[in-house]
Amino acid sequence: MADNGDNDSQHRVNEGDYVVLKRGDIYKAVQIQKKKKTVFEKQWFFLDNAVGELYGTTFEVVTGGTLQPRKPKLVESSADAKEAGTDNRNILDDGKSQKLTRDDIETLKEQGLKGQEIVQQLIENSTTFRDKTEFAQEKYIKKKKKKYENSVMVLRPSCRVMAMMYHGREPGKICHLRYDTLAQMLTLGNIHAGSKVLVFETCAGLVLGAVMERMGGYGSVVQMYPGGGPVRAGMESFGFPSHFHDTLHEFPICHVNALLAGALDTEAKDIDADSGQANGDKSNLTQTGPEKAESKECSPDTKDQCMETSTSTDPAADKEREEREKLREIRGQERKVKMEEKRKKLAAAAAVLEGRNADGLVIASRFHPCPVLLGLIKFLAPSRPFVVYSQYKEPLIECYTKLKEQGGAVSLRLTDSWIRHYQVLPNRTHPMLLMSGGGGYLLSGTTVATDTPKMGSTRGEEPAAKRLKLTETTEG
Amino acid sequence: MGSDLASNRFSIDPRDRSQTRPAMSFVEYSEFIQEGDIAIIFLGHDSMMPVKVQQGAQTQTRYGVIRHSKDLIGQRFGTKVTCSKGGWVYVLHPTPELWTLNLPHRTQILYTTDIANITMMLELKPGSVVCESGTGSGSLSHAILRTIAPTGHLHTVEFHQQRAEKAAEEFREHRVGHLVTVRNQDVCKEGFGVTGVADAVFLDIPSPWEAVKHAKNAMKRQGGRVCSFSPCIEQVQKTVEALADEGFQEISTLEVLLRVHDVRTITLPLPDFGSDQPLETPTDTPVPSNASVLCKTTTPPRDMAGHTGYLTFATKPSV
Repeated sequence: MADNGDNDSQHRVNEGDYVVLKRGDIYKAVQIQKKKKTVFEKQWFFLDNAVGELYGTTFEVVTGGTLQPRKPKLVESSADAKEAGTDNRNILDDGKSQKLTRDDIETLKEQGLKGQEIVQQLIENSTTFRDKTEFAQEKYIKKKKKKYENSVMVLRPSCRVMAMMYHGREPGKICHLRYDTLAQMLTLGNIHAGSKVLVFETCAGLVLGAVMERMGGYGSVVQMYPGGGPVRAGMESFGFPSHFHDTLHEFPICHVNALLAGALDTEAKDIDADSGQANGDKSNLTQTGPEKAESKECSPDTKDQCMETSTSTDPAADKEREEREKLREIRGQERKVKMEEKRKKLAAAAAVLEGRNADGLVIASRFHPCPVLLGLIKFLAPSRPFVVYSQYKEPLIECYTKLKEQGGAVSLRLTDSWIRHYQVLPNRTHPMLLMSGGGGYLLSGTTVATDTPKMGSTRGEEPAAKRLKLTETTEG
Repeated sequence: MGSDLASNRFSIDPRDRSQTRPAMSFVEYSEFIQEGDIAIIFLGHDSMMPVKVQQGAQTQTRYGVIRHSKDLIGQRFGTKVTCSKGGWVYVLHPTPELWTLNLPHRTQILYTTDIANITMMLELKPGSVVCESGTGSGSLSHAILRTIAPTGHLHTVEFHQQRAEKAAEEFREHRVGHLVTVRNQDVCKEGFGVTGVADAVFLDIPSPWEAVKHAKNAMKRQGGRVCSFSPCIEQVQKTVEALADEGFQEISTLEVLLRVHDVRTITLPLPDFGSDQPLETPTDTPVPSNASVLCKTTTPPRDMAGHTGYLTFATKPSV
């Protein structure tokens, strides 16, 4: 049953692939392009040699910026010559323990010595190394390796590495959403293949990408976006196959009210698009019209031309002008096609939303979550989970209170999580000295059907106990 | 069932596969409640119960009886159902998260906070092939199945025969039987029953270090991710050593804790500083002031889970 005839090719790096580079705990997302210089952790290199290698391969950066795959069984060679002290009572900090000078080290580097060899040199020229305890020696080697070993791991992008990368590199861009919080969101939102999920995020497209990864190209995602267009850089770095993009819709948040009011029908969209086209035509006119009238709208260059045409009847100039007009017409046509595409996209997204039967809602933005949640929750079917992220707790308290007031949701929970990493080594196991202080807060819950008028009559018959209990939970 | 067990493996009931009606399952939402569905009766804050919907059946709640034929079948998931005593409940569509809160415990189980991190750190997604041991009460199994459907597969190993049987039965009942194979064997001795197929392996057993080799064998040649859950640090220590010996990379141990915040309105009384005018007739007993400030805040729960287990992750490198 070995490998099920699995083909290696899908596990190998191809040109054009989106990959993530890793060194230590540092990640960087790049696209593989031949002969393209990549800068990572104060080093530059070319990724050409990564093409054809398996994902997860570690490379050594050698002179000239080329990468050389490192054989897996090359690690840990300092097992020989076990000579170590028991404590540090005789180790003095005189600043002279290292016999190599800064210049010596630079020379070694320039000679193109491998990182491992430099580390070996440093050890041999350290007078105190032998007196250090075994643990201190290990720590010394680890520290020097980190500094001098020029290795880079090439990973396939995934929600895990993307979330860790953004959190490490650019937490501000993702509203300080920590990876364990993102993990909670995907699980609490029950994000899975075949569902219809709404996403509103200003996290560079990371949350969108995470949702899409969990959907696996099955079902549909509607990205609700603020401003002029959706931000998707983070999602693009996942390198999804093209069919994933077929399941992705976008809808501007500024049309939500119209859609909810039923004012955003196809006609309206047509008018919208038409007016856009009309605008386009108009601008076309303002460009072509004045030219015919030889007006000030012309650029200096065209002005000369205008003057030329006005004074002479040069057939060449006439021809040029004709060509220019043709070009404008083509551009106008292109604009028209673009508008039409945009209209179609809007109509498609609206059609997905109109049923108000979405299966999940994920919000993670720099906007106040309350209006976003109260607006978008209307698109959810009953008995579906929703999850809202905020870097701050107070706006979520408001969301909680408003939702309790208006009903339509149960199981409301306001949470945050702590993550603690551990160093696990023989006789040296302990929590890491540094831990992340905050990964943001989540409000999660499940939608339920709101009361229909018919249900109103039964409301009066509720047992008193239940009512009391409800007010208790509402008001705490 | 008996014959299935004899072969040490639970095969899939073909009827599960041939289902064409849009029925509820743990990996697919449906709109209306049908016979045979699992529904979650939501009674109130932190009070729920799972029911199997059957024509003619009744369920007793503290708000009265629910008659399945009349109150549940044909209703939309998420509707309010009025019980016989006039009280009401909501009927919810099952999800792995709701199941985790409602399942019958046969063992200690993993909760959603850990499950969320395991799922992400193991890089699970539709199509992933996953090995798990032990199956236990199936809390994590349901979450894995939700994530890897419709094209992935879960190979889960449980050495306790009764638990293995019960889990297999539940998977069929929850209409996810086609996505999972339950094996009744000892993972530390016999492994997962598959080789070279898994993208990810999860271990929740007392001596995970004894299963590391089997985990490696079960995984694809091109590598994958592994996770081990252990409550004690000594277990972690041994597991990390075993992982390093087997050539696993990116070994990392972490712990995640969830804090649930109680939202409430509090009243803070204001002290009376008295009048700034000298009193004409000084009295010994000042008039108590009722001035106070209302404020919305959260309080931490009095008790919270301080430790569930350490999660150790690692990557199997490609060969």
